[in-house]
Amino acid sequence: MGVEGDLFHEPSGEVGRLLPRSAGDAVAAASRRSNVVMSARWATNVNGWLLLLPSAVLLVTFTHYPAVATFIGSFFSTPKGARPAVFVGLDNYQAMIEDPIFWQALHNNIIYAVSTIPLTIVLALFMAVAVNAKLVGRSFMRLAFFTPTVLPMIAVANIWLFFYSPGYGLVDQVFSVFGVPAHNWLGDEHTALACLIVVAVWKDAGFFMIFYLAALQQISPNLSEAAALEGASRWYFFRRVTFPLLMPTTLFVLINAIINSFRLIDHIVVMTRGGPNNTTALLLYYIYEVGFKFWDTAFAATLTVVLLVLLAAMALGQFIFLDRRIHYQ
Amino acid sequence: MSQIALQNVSKLWDSTAAVDGVSFETDPGSFLVLLGPSGCGKSTTLRLIAGLEQVSSGRIYIGGEDVTDLAPAKRRIAMVFQSYALFPHLTVSENILFGLRVRKTPASERSRRLDHVASLLGLGALLGRKPSQLSGGQQQRVALGRAIIAETPVCLMDEPLSNLDAQLRAEMRREIRALQQKLGVTMVYVTHDQSEAMSMADKVILMREGKVEQAAVPDRLYAQPATVFAARFIGTPPMNIITLEVAGGTTIIANSEAPILPTPIDALLLGIRPEDVIIAEKGISARVINIEYLGADTVVTCVVGSQFVTARVAGKAALTPGESIHLVLPPEKLHFFDAANGRRRDEVSAIATPDTTNFVQKVLV
Repeated sequence: MGVEGDLFHEPSGEVGRLLPRSAGDAVAAASRRSNVVMSARWATNVNGWLLLLPSAVLLVTFTHYPAVATFIGSFFSTPKGARPAVFVGLDNYQAMIEDPIFWQALHNNIIYAVSTIPLTIVLALFMAVAVNAKLVGRSFMRLAFFTPTVLPMIAVANIWLFFYSPGYGLVDQVFSVFGVPAHNWLGDEHTALACLIVVAVWKDAGFFMIFYLAALQQISPNLSEAAALEGASRWYFFRRVTFPLLMPTTLFVLINAIINSFRLIDHIVVMTRGGPNNTTALLLYYIYEVGFKFWDTAFAATLTVVLLVLLAAMALGQFIFLDRRIHYQ
Repeated sequence: MSQIALQNVSKLWDSTAAVDGVSFETDPGSFLVLLGPSGCGKSTTLRLIAGLEQVSSGRIYIGGEDVTDLAPAKRRIAMVFQSYALFPHLTVSENILFGLRVRKTPASERSRRLDHVASLLGLGALLGRKPSQLSGGQQQRVALGRAIIAETPVCLMDEPLSNLDAQLRAEMRREIRALQQKLGVTMVYVTHDQSEAMSMADKVILMREGKVEQAAVPDRLYAQPATVFAARFIGTPPMNIITLEVAGGTTIIANSEAPILPTPIDALLLGIRPEDVIIAEKGISARVINIEYLGADTVVTCVVGSQFVTARVAGKAALTPGESIHLVLPPEKLHFFDAANGRRRDEVSAIATPDTTNFVQKVLV
């Protein structure tokens, strides 16, 4: 209500100053002027802060405070019953370095990232170029490519769980036509992670396609005509013009893809729960297990700090190294 | 040098014809301008010549060869786009050399030609810059450079000056014309600006609604417009088009006493350029309704009968709105058009000229 009061009060003060009814009024108005200006500035500040308050409260409560608390928590032991948390310095980090499952999760995550990211980006770019061309049923194609993004991740994971089911799942049914024997795709240490990679590529490519499509439509068709007049092939034009002009989008997509690959948890919870034998335990899933299954919150905090530092370093590195080589319009 | 010829070329979008049975040809090494208002099909015609659009019917010849079904790159043409179509992430020199790189021209040849083009267009200091760091006029030069470095016998330009300010436009107009003559290329130039067309062209193709309205050299287009549309499109202010009527065995300006022809001819329009209308002591009675002073001359709009007549007089005219004045319309400066189809009727001018002077003087005195 205070905000409204201020807003309505101000303009009427303005009118009062502009239209003094008598000489006495004018003098009084002049002496009030500096006060009015001061209070106007104060009111603007208060209004601004009030407008920011709702989102600031949310950010501090759910992002900034937890991040700081996690960082501090990683230097303390896990509180248990009668025993409160005590400062242990870098002990948690020492334990992490000695923990083979941490290294396996990190290793899994790197394999997962290194295979999903290039595949997703190449596929997204390819689909965007395809649906950007003038072809019949192009809006249907766009919708089809985008659908996986719209579906809830849990639902997607369950659908794929069925696809991978040994014996009667879609994958085995298709393979049985070619005489390939039934296989427990998600239950085999050698194929489980690959199965998750396929799902991630399938899901993210359509999402990234939308960004590429938007960027492609910013490129003037005159450019391809000018290149066609010079005799440039479509591949040459793509390589020399389209792709460089899409680089800002690629950087954006790349950062998002990396964050996504270190953030994945839903599919694992539904499809493998990190198994078999931790071969599909990615970092975030491992953190979840340590924190909320084993209730070792201090160790989970330590792992979280490491994950955050890794992600921040990669994002920063990309912006710094790639930015110089990118043309922004 | 290469001749360009279009034979009955049409381009349909769905069922509407953007270009409708257009035929014309150019002399090798000449400057052809496609002129017309927006939507008249001039840009589409240019894109058909370039091969960026496919014709619906008709044939296109460049240098005697039928290129109708050839890809753009096989037609040995260069083109400058209205938007310049420079590659924003490439430097000026990379932009200019784009085509030579595509065709894998040897590096020594590339740098020789780049030097030549850069000095021709004064781009030497800008070669390392990106298009976004250039002014509109400089971008225009780069686009020109990319077109001429290919050394193709034909160059097409689609409203290349429309994004420049008036002063730069006049400068580039002279420069492009000089360049075309120096290089001896056949130029096809699209514009909606009649002064560009008049000052640059060897030949103007005036287009309207997908059809050729008149194809002529600039002075003929000005002196003998073939239609009312051509008459109104060329010249500023445009030619007066005055409705005539038959009265008592003669032809007069509608709803006036002003005599034009000694014989009665129905459904006739009279055209006269504002600069040919003379304000005099005696002549056709007119009332001034508007005066527009432009510095070097003044445009005076008058009413004669039910018709408006605009006169352009040198300097500042000492007239006031509402004033009664007298106009002389010199018979040799009159153009007659058919009121129904807008076509020029030279036979009327022919019968008019010898007797009209005597007739008009007799009636008015």
